[in-house]
Amino acid sequence: MTGRIESTFQRLRQANKKALIAYLMAGDPTLADTERLVLAIEQAGADIIELGVPFSDPIADGPVIQLAAERGLRSGTTLKKILAMMKALRTRTQIPIVLMVYYNSIHAMGLETFCREAGMAGVDGLIVPDMPPDEAGPLKGPAAAAGLRLIFLLAPTSTTERREYVAKESQGFLYYVSLTGITGAKIQNMAEVGKNVGKIKRVTKTPVAVGFGVSTPEDAAHVSAMADGVIVGSAIVKQIAAHQQSSDMPEKVGRFVASLKRAMNQSA
Amino acid sequence: MKKVPDSHGRFGPYGGRYVPETLMPALLELEQEYAAARKDRGFRQELAYYLKQYVGRPTSLYHASRLTKKLGGARIYLKREDLCHTGAHKINNAIGQVLLAMRMKKPRIIAETGAGQHGVATATAAAMFGLECEIYMGTEDMQRQALNVFRMRLLGAKVTGVAAGSRTLKDAISEAMRDWTTNVRTTHYILGSVLGAHPYPMMIRDFQAIIGQEARKQILAAEGKLPDYLVACVGGGSNSIGLFHAFLGDKKVKMIGVEAGGTGIESGKHAARFFGGKPGVLQGTMTYLLQDEDGQINLTHSVSAGLDYAAVGPEHSLYHDLKRVQYTYATDDEALAAFDLLATVEGIVPALESAHAIAEVVKLAPKLKKSNVIIANLSGRGDKDVQQVARMRGVTL
Repeated sequence: MTGRIESTFQRLRQANKKALIAYLMAGDPTLADTERLVLAIEQAGADIIELGVPFSDPIADGPVIQLAAERGLRSGTTLKKILAMMKALRTRTQIPIVLMVYYNSIHAMGLETFCREAGMAGVDGLIVPDMPPDEAGPLKGPAAAAGLRLIFLLAPTSTTERREYVAKESQGFLYYVSLTGITGAKIQNMAEVGKNVGKIKRVTKTPVAVGFGVSTPEDAAHVSAMADGVIVGSAIVKQIAAHQQSSDMPEKVGRFVASLKRAMNQSA
Repeated sequence: MKKVPDSHGRFGPYGGRYVPETLMPALLELEQEYAAARKDRGFRQELAYYLKQYVGRPTSLYHASRLTKKLGGARIYLKREDLCHTGAHKINNAIGQVLLAMRMKKPRIIAETGAGQHGVATATAAAMFGLECEIYMGTEDMQRQALNVFRMRLLGAKVTGVAAGSRTLKDAISEAMRDWTTNVRTTHYILGSVLGAHPYPMMIRDFQAIIGQEARKQILAAEGKLPDYLVACVGGGSNSIGLFHAFLGDKKVKMIGVEAGGTGIESGKHAARFFGGKPGVLQGTMTYLLQDEDGQINLTHSVSAGLDYAAVGPEHSLYHDLKRVQYTYATDDEALAAFDLLATVEGIVPALESAHAIAEVVKLAPKLKKSNVIIANLSGRGDKDVQQVARMRGVTL
């Protein structure tokens, strides 16, 4: 079945372009801002939106996204409110949206209820950073029934066996974590990233997007030359935090996103 | 009872391996290395040597005759883990895991700590084997347990404060997991309790099971029969599972795990996961958690830093559901009263964590017959808590 994620990668491949996947934390600083931000970021050239669900104990995240989660929780953001916002947003945009959500948030709502409601709200896929495919069994059925892609991660530490296993399991795209570390760290070795993406591409046709540690237009251009997509998170979240007080915050963040996309297009 | 965990690290529906992909290879390696070590006679002999000569095992099973008399019921024995080197049972696991780290050729050790006992034990083992060591500790706990912070530094460890969230054990674990994710190639993470992703809950239980293995032999020698009750405090639950494990097959032995009741369940300020918690996933494992309806983890409270944590070990969740272990709680006030009682009646100052187990003994013993036998795990000594208790009573030292 072709969904929004697949058609986006197809369209880009035909145009010889790469996907810019922009991350932002839902409810940071408020859910109303998130709605405006998604539209502004799409306008600025992002191809896929990765929407973080604030969680009290985000073990995979660095300080920038931890703080964003705290702001999201402070503004009263819950998974239910995010899905309601998504539903409203779907009348205005068809950009693919994936949720980055820790397992306990899904578990608390109930796997089936969550998947059904997320599907109806127009969510396209799930990235559950603390759920490797080994633990995904109970989520697979409900996710498939709701048309949600389960997107898994690979890391520089992944062995050949893990690479093959995770590549087989991941739907929509594969998320390659560019470094051994948490979100917002800095890529130390671009050559290693290229080498590892190459290894993944040899075992799967699923598009590979690279995230963690991509923070500047230069990084985005570099990574875009080696993968099918570039995921930028902490750098965008920082922009949101820096312009929180200004009335044209979404436009300012949009300008940063546009600079990433420009650099990626030039390197293509 | 079926042997747990299964090959996926499941204790019934609990446990598992809910971690970022970056850590999966390290967990799989650890699982393999641990399985190999367990079969390796050389490893077992080395561990036994250090437990005997360095830690001071076996620890005694002491008949607390004055406490028995005072409470006027069952005969009370204390398993004296407080007599271990560094003052608590935590060293049993720390030595085991440092030996594993050396097998895996990882030169750097990290750990989290709540009360500081696991941090001290890890810093000690790392110093003895010459490994680099960094300990993560919530800044709130650093204040409560200033003495242990200084001890860890004396032992050559770097102590890093964690000022996120509740600034306690939970946040220290998250930060240690982030460090491990970043430095996994050179670093072994010594988790301190039967928590986290497989194989940790199983491996740490195995390293602590020596407590119950010794106690079983000792009580048979002293009383010629098995005990009627085992009592132990439950934070993550390593001292309790350590005591209980050798007796799980003994159907007549009743077991009581004592959680931290804080200022009372109705106050909401406690860490009693089986009183208001429900299953969920935190820090790598599926287990009972104190959480709100959206799955956000609640802030917990206990006078004892070592019990102040929102999750309980997954094996305990299974025994709770199976009703193999009965879980209860003791409040801060009850624990503090037990702290005083044991000090004045037996001349033993218990750790505030262990005082929760004593508080349950105070309630339980008078209800039993004089021929009944209770073993309580005195999991640690209270030297580390003296300053805090003095401060709470307005005494300036």
